[in-house]
Amino acid sequence: MAIQGEIQTERRSDTLRLNLGPQHPSTHGVLRLELELDGELVVSCTPVIGYLHTGIEKTFEQKTYLHGVTLTDRMDYLNPLGNNLAYALSVEKLFGDECVIPERAVIARVLLAELTRINSHLVWVGTTGLELGASSVFLYAFREREVLLDLFEEMSGARMMTSFIRPGGLADDLTPEWLAAAEQFVDVLPARLDDYEALLTDNPLFRERMIGIGVLSAEDAIAMGVSGPILRASGVPHDIRKANPYCSYERFQFDAIVADNGDCYDRYKVRIAEMREAVKICKQAFRMLDEIGPGPVKTSNRKIAPPPRAELSHSMEALIHHFKLFTEGIRPPAGEAYVPVESPRGELGFYVVSDGSGKPVRVHDRGPSFANLQVISLIAEGALVADLIAIISSLDPVMGDVDR
Amino acid sequence: MAELTIDVVRSLVIILALMTGMAYMTWFERRVISRLQVRIGPNKVGWFGLLQPLADAIKLFFKEDVVPSTADRLLYPIAPAIALFAALAAFAVVPLGPTISAGGLEIPLQVADLPVGLLYLLAASSLGVYGLVIGGWSSGSKYSLLGGLRAAAQLVSYELILGLSLVGVVIVSGSLSLGQIVEAQARSVPFILLQPVGFVLFMIAAIAETNRAPFDLPEAETELVAGYHTEYGGMRFAMFFIAEYVNMITVSAVASTIFLGGWWAPFFPGPHWLFIKMLLFLFLYVWLRATLPRLRYDQLMRLSWGVLLPLGLVNIAVTALVVVLLG
Repeated sequence: MAIQGEIQTERRSDTLRLNLGPQHPSTHGVLRLELELDGELVVSCTPVIGYLHTGIEKTFEQKTYLHGVTLTDRMDYLNPLGNNLAYALSVEKLFGDECVIPERAVIARVLLAELTRINSHLVWVGTTGLELGASSVFLYAFREREVLLDLFEEMSGARMMTSFIRPGGLADDLTPEWLAAAEQFVDVLPARLDDYEALLTDNPLFRERMIGIGVLSAEDAIAMGVSGPILRASGVPHDIRKANPYCSYERFQFDAIVADNGDCYDRYKVRIAEMREAVKICKQAFRMLDEIGPGPVKTSNRKIAPPPRAELSHSMEALIHHFKLFTEGIRPPAGEAYVPVESPRGELGFYVVSDGSGKPVRVHDRGPSFANLQVISLIAEGALVADLIAIISSLDPVMGDVDR
Repeated sequence: MAELTIDVVRSLVIILALMTGMAYMTWFERRVISRLQVRIGPNKVGWFGLLQPLADAIKLFFKEDVVPSTADRLLYPIAPAIALFAALAAFAVVPLGPTISAGGLEIPLQVADLPVGLLYLLAASSLGVYGLVIGGWSSGSKYSLLGGLRAAAQLVSYELILGLSLVGVVIVSGSLSLGQIVEAQARSVPFILLQPVGFVLFMIAAIAETNRAPFDLPEAETELVAGYHTEYGGMRFAMFFIAEYVNMITVSAVASTIFLGGWWAPFFPGPHWLFIKMLLFLFLYVWLRATLPRLRYDQLMRLSWGVLLPLGLVNIAVTALVVVLLG
């Protein structure tokens, strides 16, 4: 195990210290790297984070459980629905058996989580291309993402900050028209992925830039708490959707993609293949939703989800529930819950502590980017500056997910 | 006196044409690359965005001239001028068309038909390196310095390949003058058929020499922010920019002249043929930029010294052998 934990205090006089970021074209937001360079060779690389620190975890404590959903959108902003889902699952776990989510909502959640995974990976493949100089892939990927964002907008009213998956179910049902449009997108996507691969996968220049770069061994990956595609690219077949199924993932047929070498190229291949797997899952979800047919998408427990508007005019109880929900919010029983989910970046989970009141005592977000980013000083050592850029993009950090 | 006037007018016309050509090259590049990348590109200023280069020029011209406090007072302003001078000077030996006669004067459509035109071309393009290196060093910024270092290594290596790739042509044509190389092709066939390896070597080296994708390492924006011209702004930046595009035009013109017969064509020979051939190469530049990822510094060097250089030497040996055997 070669984890460098000590802060180097003595400086070599023959090296150049370069501050890469926080304002730099390819640091995915506001990541700052303190580099020590020997020519173009990276002698040491220390990530410095905190430039996007928003105090979101603390803010949770001032918000009701429902308001908290809107905060999760803003953490990993490429995976808003996945964050919504992770938070909703933890809050629902606090209720235990009292909170039963209708099957239609459960399947729709999987569909939305997988569409968001595609969204996130599209941004990733685009920026990876851009950072290596293949700018066209970036625009092609964003063309597809645009369709997805339009879908999200039609569904929830917001392109990125969707807040659509909430404790107790979904905000609203998915309309047949929306489902048809989403299915059309999913049908088109594989051909578009072929296009990207034609530009990248077998391109000798791209392979030269990616193969053997930033190799992360399986032992190091596990020791550093790495998860998601990066872990699987290092040969560890760990996918929470398989290992610890949540939200009915056990009903879907798909493969957890694993590669062996743990270099940038394998991380690329894993993510591309994951998009294809996501397409498979989406197609199964469309079929299941079709079989289930339109129906309720919120739990029938009126203490968690508000009653339908129509009930308010003739049901005293509904009126009371409505009033209590929108003044005090949801009041989960005292306790704590953590449900890990597989976000596009790895293990994501919200540790929620309730004291029985309308606001959580503590919410901690186990964001995958934070743990994944810390391997950078390990694998960037001895690389060239150009490799470092490939490594950053292959780790796919979202700074909103690193600084909370 | 009349000759001097003609020389001055010719030079001015060529410089103006290059400047205009460069401006519209930026427009052409942006429009074409937009098509390739499912975008629209500049289309608001003038018809089809044709006034966009003018708008850009005005913007750059009126920008504040910022000099970093760490910059070298003397060299910092000179560097872009060197780059631009070298770029403009290199075009002088490119023959644009056959000699025309007007008012009893023979006017060659060329600023100077030097007997050692090719050598002059290589020399002028080498001078451009100084602009990049000095610019990178004098900015007093680390990113600029790294960009300058890359530029020095890259351009010096590919200078060699550029030279070697042209030796074959010189052997076949028996001349270093670009005018006579065109005439030699008019007598036989375009040299791309006789020197295919030389042509490929020349194109690779020329693209590297002009710092264009996939060899745009000295200004790789995702790695070095903007490389050697990170600290430059306004007209000083524009001069580097103009130099780069003028170099692209020069390379296209030289490639057309040496390998595709230049202005010569089986029917209606003239400058328009050179223009069409140059457009092909300029399109190639844009196409490559839209398609290929960037090479890494060490890979670039390995390609140059490990692959292209031996190939160039073999090409020369084979060419020389064939020429001697065929008498």
